[in-house]
Amino acid sequence: MSQQQAQKLAFTLLWGAASLTVLILTVILGYILVQGLPQVSWEFLTKEPTEMGRSGGIFSSIVGTLYFVAASLILAAPLGIGAGIYLAEYTHDGWFTSLVRFGIDALAAVPSIVFGLFGYALFVVALKPVTHGWSILSGAFTAACMVLPTLIRTSEEALRAVPQEYREGSLALGATRWQTVVRVVLPAAAPGILTGVILSIGRVVGETAALLLTLGGSLRLPRSIFEPARTMAIHLYLVAMEVGAMDMAFGTAAVLVITVLGVNLLTTWLTRRHIMRLLR
Amino acid sequence: MRRAVFERGSEVALFLAALIAVVIIVLIGTFILIEGLPAFERTGLLNFLLGHEWRPLQGVFGIFPMIVGSIAVTAVALAVGVPLGLATAIFLAEIAPPRAERLVRPAVELLAGIPSVVYGLFGMTMLVPIIRALAQTWLGASLDPQFRAGYSVLAAGLVLGIMILPTIINIAEDVLRAQPLEYKEGSLALGATHWQTIACVLLPAARPGIVAAIVLAMGRAIGETMAVIMVAGNTPVLPQSLFSPVRTLTSNIALEMPYAGPGAHSQALYATGVVLFGLTMVVNLAALLVSRRRVKRG
Repeated sequence: MSQQQAQKLAFTLLWGAASLTVLILTVILGYILVQGLPQVSWEFLTKEPTEMGRSGGIFSSIVGTLYFVAASLILAAPLGIGAGIYLAEYTHDGWFTSLVRFGIDALAAVPSIVFGLFGYALFVVALKPVTHGWSILSGAFTAACMVLPTLIRTSEEALRAVPQEYREGSLALGATRWQTVVRVVLPAAAPGILTGVILSIGRVVGETAALLLTLGGSLRLPRSIFEPARTMAIHLYLVAMEVGAMDMAFGTAAVLVITVLGVNLLTTWLTRRHIMRLLR
Repeated sequence: MRRAVFERGSEVALFLAALIAVVIIVLIGTFILIEGLPAFERTGLLNFLLGHEWRPLQGVFGIFPMIVGSIAVTAVALAVGVPLGLATAIFLAEIAPPRAERLVRPAVELLAGIPSVVYGLFGMTMLVPIIRALAQTWLGASLDPQFRAGYSVLAAGLVLGIMILPTIINIAEDVLRAQPLEYKEGSLALGATHWQTIACVLLPAARPGIVAAIVLAMGRAIGETMAVIMVAGNTPVLPQSLFSPVRTLTSNIALEMPYAGPGAHSQALYATGVVLFGLTMVVNLAALLVSRRRVKRG
C-alpha cells in the first residue's frame, strides 16, 4: 500500500469517527424527543403528578427545579465570581495560586455521589436547624459546591481577557483597585462571566446523584426553600426506576433535554456575541 | 481613610472566596472520613476492600465486587470512548473542513450537556434491549441464563463510553492544536504525507496531553452514577463476563444510602465513598503529573 493509499484509508476512518460521534448524538436526542414529546402537553406541564408520578403532570418538579437552580446560583455565583476576581486581579502566580488551582481541579474531579454523601452529613444532618434537613436549601448548598470550579474558571478567564489598557487607564485617573475592578473590568467581562453562570445552570439542572441524598425527593409542590422537593432530573430517575412509568419518564426527559438545549444555545449565542464585540 | 479600609476589606473578602475550593475539598475529605472510619475499624481495612460479600442486613460489608465492577465498566468505557474520541479530535484539529467542523463541534458540546439520567434512560430502553436480544439469540447457548437480561457490564460501558467522548475530544483537540507549527512544517517539508505527519510527528508530540485526557476521562467514568445504575443491573457480585450484571462503587452508595438507617450500614456506605474519593484524587493527581501543566477542561 502506498503512502497516498494509507492516508486515504486513515482519513476515511477519521471522517467515519466524526460522523459516528454526530450520529450518536442525533440518535440519542431523536429517540428521547420522539418518545417523549407526544407525552408533553399543557396539562403535562401544569398539572401535579398523581399516583407517585404514574399519571398527571410534572408541575411540582418544574417548580422544584426553578427554586433549586435559583438557590444554588445565588449561593455559588458571588463566591465563584469573587474567587475568579481574586485570581485574575489581585494575585500573581505563586504557591498560593497553585494551591487554589489544585483545590479547583480536585473539586471538579469529585464524583457527584461523593458530594451527595458530604451534603447529607453536613447540610442535611449537621446543619439541620438552618436547612430543615432534606430540603431545597440543602440540595442547593451541595450543588453550589459542585459548580464552583466552573464558575471560578470561567470568570477568571473572562476577566483575564479584558485588555490591560482598561485597568491602566482607570488607575491613571486615580481610581482605586476596587473601583477599577467594579466599574471598569467587571462590566467589560460581564458577558463572559454570564456565560459561566449559564453553563452552571445547565450543570445544576441535570444533576441527580448528589440530590438523591440531599433534596428529599418529595412529590408535593414546594412552598419554600426549606421544604423537600424534586427536580425534573430526579423525577425522571424515580419514575423510570422505582415506579416504572416509562411514558412519564420519557415526557420528563424531553422537557429536561429541551431545557438543557435551550440553556446551551443561549451560552453559544452569548459567547459568539461577546467574541464579535471583542473583535470590533 | 474609610476608602482604605474598604479597599483592604474587599481584598480580604475576595481572598477568602478564592480559598473556598480548598476549604470545601478539605471539608469533604474530613466529613466522609469521620463518617466512614467506624466501618473500616469494625470490618478491618483489608476485609472491607477485599471482602467478596456485601450483605448489609447481616452486617457483612466487603466491596471487592464493586471495586472490580467499577474497573470493568471503566475499562469497557475507555475501549469504546478513547478510539472514537481520539479519532474525532484528530479530525477536528487536522482535517475537518469548516463546514464539517461547524456540525461536529456543537454536537460534542451537546453530548457534554445531556444530563446523565437522560443517558441512563436511553441506555435502559434502547441499549439494554438490544444487548438482551443479542444475549438471548446469538449467544443464547453459551451464556448462563442470569447473564441474558441485558443489564450488564457491556451496557454500562457503552453508555459511559459515549459520556466520556466530550472530555477526550475537547482536551485531545486542544493538545493537538497546541503543538508548534514547525513540527508539522518540518515533517511535510521532508516529503511526509499529511497522515504520516499526524501519526509519526503530531501524535507522539502530543502524547502527554492525550494521556492526561484519557486519565481524566477515566476519572469521569469511575465517578459517574445515575447512567450506570439505570443500565448495570446492580447485583453486588463479582462480574464474570461482559454480559454479567454489575454494581459499581458509585451505584452502591446511591442505591442504598436513601434507605440505610444510621449505624453500620450507612457507615459502610460512607467508607465506600472514602474509597471512591481516594480513587478519584489519585486519578486526578496522575493526570496532573502526566501533563505536567494545567490542562484546560470544559
